[in-house]
Order: sequence, then C-alpha cells, then structure tokens
Amino acid sequence: MAKIINKKQIAPNIHQCEVEAPLIASKALPGQFLIAIPNEFSERTPMTISDWDTKKGTVTFIFLEIGASTEVMSKLKKGDEFYSFTGPLGKAYDVDRYGTVGLIAGCYGIGAIYPAAKAFKAKGNKVISYSEARSNFLLYWNDKLEEVSSEVRYATVDGSLGKKGHAYDLLEDDLKAGMKFDRIIAVGCSYLMYRVSQLTRPYNIKTIVSMNTVMIDGTGMCGACRLVVGNKTKFACVDGPHFDGHQVDWDIVLSRRKAYLEEEIISKERW
Amino acid sequence: MAKVSPKKTPMQEQPPKERIKNYDEVPFGYTNEEAVLEALRCLQCKNPVCIEGCPVEIDIKGFIDFIAKKKFQDGVILLKEKNILPAICGRVCPQEEQCEQKCIMGKKNEPVAIGRLERFLADWERNHGVIEIPEIPKPTGKKVAIVGAGPAGITVAADLARWGHKVDMFEALHQPGGVLVYGIPEFRLPKEIVFKEIDFLIKLGVNIYTDRVIGMIQSIDELLSEYDAVFLGTGAGLPWFLEVPGENLNGVYSANEYLTRANLMKAYLFPKYKTPIVRGKRVATVGGGNVAMDCARTALRLGAEKSILIYRRAKEQMPARDEEIHHAEEEGVIFQLLSNPAAFHGDKNNWVKEVECVRMKLGEPDDSGRRRPVPIDGANFRMPIDLAVIAIGNSPNPLVPSVTPGLKVEKWGNIKTDLETGKTSIKGVFAGGDVATGAATVILAMGAGRIAARGIQEYLETGKW
Repeated sequence: MAKIINKKQIAPNIHQCEVEAPLIASKALPGQFLIAIPNEFSERTPMTISDWDTKKGTVTFIFLEIGASTEVMSKLKKGDEFYSFTGPLGKAYDVDRYGTVGLIAGCYGIGAIYPAAKAFKAKGNKVISYSEARSNFLLYWNDKLEEVSSEVRYATVDGSLGKKGHAYDLLEDDLKAGMKFDRIIAVGCSYLMYRVSQLTRPYNIKTIVSMNTVMIDGTGMCGACRLVVGNKTKFACVDGPHFDGHQVDWDIVLSRRKAYLEEEIISKERW
Repeated sequence: MAKVSPKKTPMQEQPPKERIKNYDEVPFGYTNEEAVLEALRCLQCKNPVCIEGCPVEIDIKGFIDFIAKKKFQDGVILLKEKNILPAICGRVCPQEEQCEQKCIMGKKNEPVAIGRLERFLADWERNHGVIEIPEIPKPTGKKVAIVGAGPAGITVAADLARWGHKVDMFEALHQPGGVLVYGIPEFRLPKEIVFKEIDFLIKLGVNIYTDRVIGMIQSIDELLSEYDAVFLGTGAGLPWFLEVPGENLNGVYSANEYLTRANLMKAYLFPKYKTPIVRGKRVATVGGGNVAMDCARTALRLGAEKSILIYRRAKEQMPARDEEIHHAEEEGVIFQLLSNPAAFHGDKNNWVKEVECVRMKLGEPDDSGRRRPVPIDGANFRMPIDLAVIAIGNSPNPLVPSVTPGLKVEKWGNIKTDLETGKTSIKGVFAGGDVATGAATVILAMGAGRIAARGIQEYLETGKW
C-alpha cells in the first residue's frame, strides 16, 4: 500500500508525487492534508493533498525538498512504498458561493489551491488565482490552474513572468485598482500568509490562511502545532489548518516556525 | 523449610549514575532463582484476596504456585488466560494499589512482589522463544472493529479473537500500542516487548491496520455497516496546558509532544532518526504524575544538567507511583514542590528562558480528598530554564465524538458508557479506557477493555441493547 505511481521533479527541488491510496482518495476534500513518512527513520511530514483520482485510487501532493525527511522522500522512485501514509487529516475549506474568491499561493501552496479553485469554481464563484515564485522556471501547474480558475495572475521576484515582485504585491496593486473580493485564501510560507492577511484587513475581506505549523501526530494529541487565534489556543491539525488570517497571532506563528532550524541543519549534514 | 523473608526479594537494577546516560531499561528483572525464592513467599491462601485487586482477574495464586514449582511454562499459560500483556503489566501496573495492596503478607511484612513475578514469567517466555498460542474456536462469523490499538483495544481484541470473532483493529499512528509506544519511555518499557506482545495478538488472528484515523477516513456509521460491533478505545489524547502567559514560547512542550518525539519518533537517537527534540540543559517538568516522572527522567537521559519537577502540592500528594518517584529522586531529579508556574518568560527570539512560579500552601481537602493547593500572594520566584514540559494531564481525544452525531459525551469530553457493559449511546458501539474514564492507567484501560469485551460478546449473542 501507499505505493508511488508517479513521481517527478516539476521545478528545481519541487516534486510532484502520486501515491496509490484508494481510501484516502475516496474521502479527500479540498484543503485537507496527509502525513507521510518515507522511511523508518524519517519524520512524520504533513503534506497538503493537491489532487486525487477516485477512479484510479490515487492522491497527489507537491513537496519541497527542504529538510532531511523530504530529501529521503525526493529519492523515492516509482514503485517504492511509503513507510507510513495517513489521511485525510484536518478540516476542508468551507466551499460556498461567495462571489469572487482570490486564491493566493506560493511554493507548495500552488498545488494546494488547485483543488480549492476547482471546488470554488464548481460552486459558481469567480476564482482568481495568484501564483508566485522567485522566477518563471520555479512556477508549476500553470495549465492546470488556468483550467480551473477564471483567471490566473502571476508574480515572480525576478520579473520573468507577470508582476515583478510577490503575489501579495500583485494583490495589493489589484486591491488598490479597485478589484473586489468576497473571500481570500492564502496558502504558502507563513510570511506570505501574514502579508496577505495584513493587506486585506483594511478592506475587510474575510481572509483564510492554511497554516503549515510543525506537526507530529496530526490528530490533536501533541499540541506541537498550536497557535493562537482570536486569543484562544488552537491546534492546526484538528481545529484547522484553515483559520481567519485577521485573528491569527502572527508573532507566535513566525517564531515557532524557526524552532528547529539548527536541528534541521545537523540532520542534513551528519547523515 | 527456610525462613521466609519479610521483605520482597530485591530486583537488580542499573545504578542511577549509569542509567541516566542510557535509554536502557532500569530494572533487570528476576533470575529464575530469585523468582522461585519470591514465589515461595506466597502463602497460597485458601481464599486469595489478591485477585480482587486485579482489574483483569488474573489467577495470581495459581501462577505464583507454578513459579514456586519451577513450572514456568504452565505459569505463563495460566497468566495469559487473563492477561494478554503480562510483560507490560508486570512493569507498569500500580500493583501497590491493586493486587499487592490486598496481599495478606503485606499486613505485617512486605507483600509478595506479584508484579515482578508477572514480569518474570512473561520475560521467561519471550526469552525462551516458545510463544504458546491458545486454541481458537471455530469462527463465529461475527466481525468487530476496534478503534485505537492501545491497552483497552488490545484487551478487547484479544478476548474477542479467543472467542472466535473476526477482529480488525484501526490505529491512527504508524505503530500499534498507543500510549505504550508513544508515551511510556524505553527505559521503563522497552518497545521490543510491546511489539512482541502485539505479535501475540496478530497470531490470534487479529488484523491491525495502522495509519487509519477513524472519524476522518471512515465514520463510525461506515464501520457499523461493515461490522457487527465497534469498540472505541481512542485514549486520552488532548493535552492540557496551564493557560498561563508565555506557554506558546518555543521550548514549551506538552508531555505528549515531548514523549512522542522521544519515544514513538525515537528522537533520543537523533540524528539517526530525523525527528528533532529540544535537549534542554535546565528542564522544568510541570506535574506530579507518572507522566511527569517519565518526562523529568527523559530530560536527564537527553543531557539535562538540571531536571526540575515543579508540582503544586507536597510530595505526599503526588499521584505518581512510589517506585517512579523513588527512581526519579535516585537519578537526581530536583523536586520543586508547592510551586506552580504563573508565567514563562522568553528571550528576544521567543525561546523560553525563565519560569515564574507562585509558591503554594496546602489548604482544605478538595473533591479528590487531597489538600487543595492555595497560592501565597506575593511569593513569586523565577528559575532559569531552557525547556519546559507541561505534564498536568490529558482529556479524552475529541476527534471521534466531534464527527459522530449521537455519540454522547460527558462534562470532560469522555464518552458516556455503561460501566457494566461498555455500551455507549449508539447501538453496537462500545467504548472503554481513557476515552471513557479520562486519563488513568494501562491496567484500568485493560480492565475496561475486558468488561467491554464481555458486553460485546453478550450483544453479539443476543442482539439486545
């Protein structure tokens, strides 16, 4: 079980992995995640489910090769099996007919907003997706995203495609130019989600952020993923991962993200 | 006949100074000779009362008699009739409050070391390589789903399998065992032992599916459409925090997180195993139970120079077993009693650097009969720390109840069950262990499992609810 059906590097250090998991595929909803362990020694690594095929019985996720465990994952080949593969976990997005929905994504988030775009569009929303990367060649799934969005807007830091800058810079331009949104969803690094939340606050646009805190069990048992939302402690794994970005205490989120930087380096260097 | 010793035959163990440098088990267990010597202390009472103290009703007198006669294999078979996990229970049961408390020898002398003898038999069997599988009756055609592969679920699964039912077990984590694997440290309960005992379950014909979070991947309704009955043994998975300022700083763990990193994820072997863990030099563990002792002792093994246990009452009121408190003291854990954290203070990078405590005194007894700790105004003090572990308890895991309409829970989130059968508010669904009672012990969960197994058996036979 949890055999790799397909795996490819879709941009430098960004991998797309399709795994045989019929039960998960039959239950997955947009916004949910899974926890994968590539081998006995690796960490439990949370991954947003980016696509699934109930007929084939597979799920697809995008991961960044960034720490020791994702490095192991990047070396797995078609036909290899995961040591452990659990999902779906977390709550799904509230998919309703809001009007115009803006989906802001960078990094693994581009894959994560794909099923959201599909679902929001199917509900009759106008879906404007924002996809960002440092450069054009680091973007992926442009075609897929364009297929399920009303419009896809690009931002690259080097200006090789779309707006020169970040997705939040582009969103800022659009908001200033009078573009109206009924709901914004941001997925990507904590800083991107923080910036988007700051940006939409004065416009009073309900903004949902999909938190990617440190996690271990993913079932609400350990509290590693805790964050403060509206002055209350919440567990991203079971209460989330989606929260109101205007209510999140970002200082705590940003500092907790960096907690294991030193260990990450040791883990990669020594083994 | 030789004079019977008033004291338990001592069990050899690793010296404290050595053992805090490794993760190996602390006590070595009895040799054959020591076990026989201890078994001979048993009076073989005509009407033994020890069995009344055992939640799973082990024939204690019987297995001790076999040890005294050196018929170890017979002893094992008798023991396992009632207890599927003897190697575990022999190590982690609070025998001093159960069987050993009832032991007649204990009236004037030390009671018979029932726990050590239980452990001896289980270890003897494991080390001799012959694991006897009891005869399993013809399949009844009934199917039962067990949710959660911890002590409660394991007991239910074993009983039902031995009665001929088909049992499928679903575990959320990647290894079965529940708290035995993620919570209790290697030095107190080697994981190899847990897996061997779980192997026994598999040999009984139980299927174990890991990586299955019931409530997410399958609903209780879906299980009921496939199985004749469902047992929920999902444990006490929701950690309590103190709700004081600074608790979300980096370097503040729940006990569940600290122990899960160390045990399930084997962070004590980092970086061979990739899950990191903060190796504090000055570690404060908050709490006074067995879990707190496990955390404080884990901290020493992970290199702490000072492992401080902060507890709001006095030592006499600690809920931990005497043996655990004793081991912690021997190893150099510092007990900061009658103190309760009021806040954690951080450095500029949001890492914890100090714990601020309020001093407490003991007031009138509370509901638990223990004297209530009362804060002394203006008596706050601070201690430098670089890691804090909050070990003040857990609530039942809310996941299954939160997605299962009609499943009634009580005030603290525990699933409402009938004490005599384990029945919940949904027909065909039973529950037991920490998810029904709130956080307790391995053996109480097993006891609840045994009761639920009988409840399920009756329901499968009669269909009556």
